[in-house]
Amino acid sequence: MTVASPTVEQISTVKRRSPMSETWEYLRRSRSGMIGLFLIVSHLLIALTSPLLVPQDPLEMNAEARIEAPSTEHLMGTDRLGRDVFSRSMLGGRVTLVVTIVAIILAVIWGSLVGIALGLLGGRIDEVVMRFVDALLSLPWLLILLLVVSIMGTDMWIQALTFGFTYGILTIRVARAATLDFVTREFLLAARARGESTRTIVMRELLPNVRDVLLVDGAMNWSWMLLGFTSLSFLGFGVTPPTPDWGFMIAKNREILAIQPWAVFGPVIMLSTLIIGINLFSDALAKAMGLDRSQGAPV
Amino acid sequence: MSKSLIEVRDLTIGYTSKRGDLVHVLQDLSLQINPGETLGLVGESGCGKSTLGQAMMGYLRHGSQLLKGNVRLDDHDIFDLTAQELEAVRGQKIALIPQNAGNSLTPTMRVGKQVLEAIHLNADVSDVDAKARMLDLLAKVRLPDPEVIAARYPHELSGGQQQRVVIAMALAGLPEMLVLDEPTTGLDVTTQAHILDLLRDIVAELGTAMMYISHDLGVIARVSDRVAIMYAGEIVEDASATEIFKVPAHPYTRGLLESIPRLSRAGIPKSMPGQPPIPGTLPGCAFAPRCTFATDLCTSESPKLETVNQTTHLVRCHHGEETIATDFSRELEQVYHTVEHRLQDEPALELSDVEITYYRPGIMDRLGRDSEPPATVSDLTLSVQRGETLALVGESGSGKSTIVRTISGLLPAKSGRIRFEDCDLTVEVDDRPVDLCRNVQMIFQNPDASLNPRHTVAEILDQPLKLYFPELTRDERRNRQVELLERVRLDGRYRLRYPAQMSGGEKQRVAIARAFAADPEVVLCDEPTSSLDVSVQAAVLDLLADLQRERNITYIFITHDLAVVRAIADRVVVLYQGRICEVGSVDEIYAPPYHPYTETLLGAILEPDPATKPKLLASDTPELGPPAQGCVFQRRCPYHTEICDHESPSWQVSELSNRHRIRCQIPLNELTNAQTDVIAA
Repeated sequence: MTVASPTVEQISTVKRRSPMSETWEYLRRSRSGMIGLFLIVSHLLIALTSPLLVPQDPLEMNAEARIEAPSTEHLMGTDRLGRDVFSRSMLGGRVTLVVTIVAIILAVIWGSLVGIALGLLGGRIDEVVMRFVDALLSLPWLLILLLVVSIMGTDMWIQALTFGFTYGILTIRVARAATLDFVTREFLLAARARGESTRTIVMRELLPNVRDVLLVDGAMNWSWMLLGFTSLSFLGFGVTPPTPDWGFMIAKNREILAIQPWAVFGPVIMLSTLIIGINLFSDALAKAMGLDRSQGAPV
Repeated sequence: MSKSLIEVRDLTIGYTSKRGDLVHVLQDLSLQINPGETLGLVGESGCGKSTLGQAMMGYLRHGSQLLKGNVRLDDHDIFDLTAQELEAVRGQKIALIPQNAGNSLTPTMRVGKQVLEAIHLNADVSDVDAKARMLDLLAKVRLPDPEVIAARYPHELSGGQQQRVVIAMALAGLPEMLVLDEPTTGLDVTTQAHILDLLRDIVAELGTAMMYISHDLGVIARVSDRVAIMYAGEIVEDASATEIFKVPAHPYTRGLLESIPRLSRAGIPKSMPGQPPIPGTLPGCAFAPRCTFATDLCTSESPKLETVNQTTHLVRCHHGEETIATDFSRELEQVYHTVEHRLQDEPALELSDVEITYYRPGIMDRLGRDSEPPATVSDLTLSVQRGETLALVGESGSGKSTIVRTISGLLPAKSGRIRFEDCDLTVEVDDRPVDLCRNVQMIFQNPDASLNPRHTVAEILDQPLKLYFPELTRDERRNRQVELLERVRLDGRYRLRYPAQMSGGEKQRVAIARAFAADPEVVLCDEPTSSLDVSVQAAVLDLLADLQRERNITYIFITHDLAVVRAIADRVVVLYQGRICEVGSVDEIYAPPYHPYTETLLGAILEPDPATKPKLLASDTPELGPPAQGCVFQRRCPYHTEICDHESPSWQVSELSNRHRIRCQIPLNELTNAQTDVIAA
């Protein structure tokens, strides 16, 4: 039996690490976290480099080679218009990734700002805004997104704004709850008693403490947002054709699912690996940061 | 010896740390409890007291594992029982009373119903019988009007009443043994004394055995027949309460007993440096690194728990017989040292007719606020001398925190004047000039809460330096940090640590260093030692006294512990319901005439000596609201007369000193005659 044996003296010379580097240490030893990170990084790399790498032009139609089974020329076969499914799957995440990454950053920023402010202010403003948030959350969000997109059009940046705004509402609750967790802590009171400015109290004292929660929540929300965006484009409100896009590809190719299943499998594999990757990573991140309460307090 | 009720043998429990190492919590621990016996279990935090208490109920904390040994109850190993069998054992054989009663009651269910549930769980009785039993139980735990209390929700009860309900629930299954894990920690002294009284009577009446876990030796002395001292997952001494407190045989026990401030002795006690090691990691005695008597034998060979001098007194020490031979009471005489103050007859702070009430919440006012609104304070006139330590004493709700928070600018005063030098302190911190903020600093109760867990010590100390001394360069600030750490007796290398990497005492030193970084004139101390182990409490008190002498600083010290007050304060203000009852120097406060409330508080103090008995004067019923007229203490006062109902008492000045004043209707000479000297007794 091996037993850790730091004695009284040894404890004081134990290598000291910041919470950040400790989180990274833990993450590195978590297999699922590393798999998740690998999947996310692979997807980002594919999105960045695929225009140079894909074997076929994803837009080129070929009436001769419609609905072909996988071959050496077309690794995942072709769709109804004779376009290469493999190339389209590789490229199909580019718009999705850009839109959701921009949107999740927006969502975390504006959601946190409002949430932290509400947590600190409390009182009637908090009450009113939170009831408003509850009301918004009770609406079917897909319909709201559809409505906004049909009014505003399917421009990429407008979509990023729309998604950022919608998913930021979820962040408000999380940021507010995390702030409330700390509002009663004496170190904030100590800062106030010292005469520190509100800005310093929020930026230096509060933010480092709620940061973890917001990061994990952002990562989780990102995967929800990916599903949301893909759903929109499945319904035809996402990316303007003929630009390849996973959701739209699944929608169009599901009619030939029985004949050429790879036309659907391609985008599905791409989308699901990304979402699984994000979920694995954010789970491991939560555990590494000690936020996962079911596992007990970090020792 | 009669057959024991529960027997723990060679119990070793460990958990796997985040880094993947196996860390022991309990190490080969053996212990038995006889029927009807009360065993007190004492030790510093991190000694494994709670783990042992839970193991006796068959609980293992998440991630913990049983490595060796067993807990035998009725010839069964409790860890071999099935889930159903365990369920039957818990409640009917052995029941747990946890620390925070408020947390163990369901907030949305009437307390009567919760007790009923406990009754139905343990016995097959009709609803009518169960209801009768429930009211019976509530009466047994001395709750007034059981019918009324039963219909209330937990939040409508005071902390003491909640704890009584939890005791009633634990008694529902008529268990043979109760495990109590610090059940009175966090309650007021008077409430604590009443609860302990109740527990003693109940176990005497029902013949229930108790294992009482506490860090408070006064409480242990009050309830225990036998005491077991725990250190680093082991029992180091196990003997009758009288023996433990009169002739302790283990140096650790002696160290603990010598570190408690006592009502009967003035001055600061001795601290015990160091902290317990992780169990099972030292080759010899686990206490050897902290022990002044340690020899080579102690560091090489682990001692066994053995009897000394063929008695039942068990000690785990190679030198137990030598230790027991030295006279402990004489040793104790030399421990307490008084602190010297350099008082100047020049007021540092002057408060006159200050009134503080509930107020509108605004931006940033929610910081540090619990759900409870601040107590109202009225008619507060007080002058604090430069270099003085003024103690504010009172139960929760007495307004002591409110006063300190007003002085520090966290709450506004409604009316009256608070002056520091030529500055007005009735305004909130946002409206005060920076230099005024610098001069009034605050040390909080719990360093775990008052230090930002995400900042290193360097960052923590840097903030006041940057704020108050913007002219300092980075390097100057760094030198200043090291200097501050050295002033609080910490190594300069602590700069790079995070709060989680320090012990409780070290963290509080950092919090003190942060307050002194501002180079203040007035330091407000909000129970700065109450969250610390007794072994380090004395060291922190000593440090505060030294720092005060160096710069002639004024302290306003909040505490509920009147023994601590006696150790360090010059003057005492006794508060009840936001009003001053009595003011005077320490010696005046601790001798008759007392204000009836002061007498109540002093009477409820538990000295670490089984021979002393607290005097329970006033009831511990909480005040529902301030009295409309008359004396604020009338409802609980043992000397209550008719005049108290109508007329607000005026100040009576003591004949001996014009600075000792008591606000009471009863003439001082009558009070003196009716009262006994708490300290002399």
